[in-house]
Amino acid sequence: MGITLLAFYLFAIVAVCSGLFVVLARNPVHSVLWLILAFFSAVGMFILVGAEFIAMLLAIVYVGAVAVLFLFVVMMLDVDFVELKGGMAKYLPFGLAIGAVLLIELGLVFGHWNVADNAEALRQSVTPDIADKHNTIALGSVIYTDYIYLFQASGLILLVAMIGAIVLTLRHRTDVKRQNIQTQMHRDPAKTMEIKNVKPGQGL
Amino acid sequence: MIPLEHYLTVAAILFVIGIFGIFVNRKNVIVILMSIELMLLAVNINLVAFSAHHGDLTGQIFTLFVLTVAAAEAAIGLAILVCFFRNRGTIAVEDVNVMKG
Repeated sequence: MGITLLAFYLFAIVAVCSGLFVVLARNPVHSVLWLILAFFSAVGMFILVGAEFIAMLLAIVYVGAVAVLFLFVVMMLDVDFVELKGGMAKYLPFGLAIGAVLLIELGLVFGHWNVADNAEALRQSVTPDIADKHNTIALGSVIYTDYIYLFQASGLILLVAMIGAIVLTLRHRTDVKRQNIQTQMHRDPAKTMEIKNVKPGQGL
Repeated sequence: MIPLEHYLTVAAILFVIGIFGIFVNRKNVIVILMSIELMLLAVNINLVAFSAHHGDLTGQIFTLFVLTVAAAEAAIGLAILVCFFRNRGTIAVEDVNVMKG
C-alpha cells in the first residue's frame, strides 16, 4: 500500500468521523469545530487528487469564511442549545432509516454505473500535462476564457448575497444619537451663536 | 493514483451523514445549515474526483461555482437566522410559523 493511499484513508476516515460528530455533537460550537476538521480533511483529499487550487479555495473560503461565520453566529445568539437537542432520540430511528435507504440507493447506482465509451472524446477542457501547466494556471486559463460569463455571474451572486445579508441584519435604532452631516454642514455662526452684552455688576 | 471508487464512497457517506443530520437535528437551524454544507462538500468531492479521473477541468470549475453558491447560501441563511432570533428570541424550527395564514 503506497503512502498516497495511506494518506487518503487517513483523510477519508477523519472526514467521515468529523462529519458524524458535526451532526451528533451536543454543543454547536463543537459542531463548527468538527466541520472545520471535515473541511481540512477534504482539502487533504483534494491535494492528493491533484486539485491544488480547489483545495486552497476550500481552505480559504470554507474554513476561513463560512466556518468562522458559523462560529460567530453560534456564539452571538444566546440560545439554550440543550433544549433544542431534546427531540434527538425521537428522530434518530427515522433519520437512520432515511440514511440507510439513501446509502443503499447510492450503492445500487455505484454497482451499475460504467463510463461511456466516448467519455474521453467528450471532454470539454482537457487537463494539460502537469509538467506543462500546473493546476492553477490551467484552471485560470479556462475560467477566464470559456467560463468568463459564469465567473462574472458568480461574482454577482456573491454581491447579491452580501447586500442581502447587510439588508437583513441592519437595523435602525432610534434610541441612539447619530451624527447628521446635513445639519452639521448647514450650521452657521449667526444661528448658533448669540452675543449677550452683560452689564457689570448684574447677572444675565 | 487513488481509485475513483474510494472518493465516491467517501462522498456518498458524507452526503448521507448530511441528510441524517437534517433529520436528527430537526429543531436546530444552525446544525441543519452545517449539514447542508457537509452535503455540498460531498458533491464537491464527487466533482473533483470525476474531474481528476477523466482529466477534464470542467469539474473543478463547477466546484468553484458550487463553492460560490454555498458561501452565498451560508451568508444569507445566517443573516435570516440572526434576524429571526432578534424578532422571536429563539431559533427552533418549529416556531417558524410567522407566515402561516
